[in-house]
Amino acid sequence: MAETTNYMLAGYAVIFGVMALYLVSLADRWRRLRRDEQMLEGEEKEEVQR
Amino acid sequence: MGNSVKLATILDIGAGALLAAATGLVFLYAPVEQVMGMVQKVFYFHVATAWVGLLSFIVAAVAGVIYLLGHKPDWDVVEMASVELGMVFLLIAIVSGSIWAKPIWNTWWTWDPRLTTVTVTELIYAAYLMLRSGIEEPERRARFGAVYAIIGFISVPLTFLSIRIFRTIHPVVVGNSDPSALGAFDVSPKMLQTFLFGLLAFTVVYAALLWHRIRLGKLAEKVERMRMER
Repeated sequence: MAETTNYMLAGYAVIFGVMALYLVSLADRWRRLRRDEQMLEGEEKEEVQR
Repeated sequence: MGNSVKLATILDIGAGALLAAATGLVFLYAPVEQVMGMVQKVFYFHVATAWVGLLSFIVAAVAGVIYLLGHKPDWDVVEMASVELGMVFLLIAIVSGSIWAKPIWNTWWTWDPRLTTVTVTELIYAAYLMLRSGIEEPERRARFGAVYAIIGFISVPLTFLSIRIFRTIHPVVVGNSDPSALGAFDVSPKMLQTFLFGLLAFTVVYAALLWHRIRLGKLAEKVERMRMER
């Protein structure tokens, strides 16, 4: 039997690594959009008050 | 807590549990293949991610058709979310396949029909994202995106069938491989059970991620609308 454990580990590192990166990217984009949304809502309220 | 959030939480927990169970089956239940050794275990998630990649593009094309029929922006969000997920999962399948190929084919890459068609598919959908980012007007962007997602979908069956209609070194696990294929193996019952469970787990992971990506898309749409109204 061929000794291919390192390739298997590399394969699974890619599979779980890319999925983890995608989750981080989703969370980061969500956080930024929420911040933008709150900022825009705040500006809207200020304009109404003026 | 709203019903949709409750459902999403259940989906998240289910997806995590299924993925953990599938990983357990790969390493603790499925036997080690006698010729290729441990690297063959990449097969279970390599095929599952490729399946989810292609499924994503099917969902995107269907969402594109529904958008063109009704012009409801929600379907544009679904289409975009599914394309993005498809690209992520297909990228995983391509890279993990390349790693599997190195000890078996003695090369990281070869322009085999399957590897070529899957790369072309990935590039077609990368161009979809570029096309969208170049159009500012939301309705026009959605219309062009929908048409592109439908036309781009042609690459999906071509990728799936490439190892069945062309001479190739890429093995066919379900069905008969080309005699020149390298890396084919007899699937034992335990391997088949692990493989099918992996497909199920990744399909549920896809559903959970799609829900989150749609939620993100709707928020992005809201923020964009607020900016345009200013």
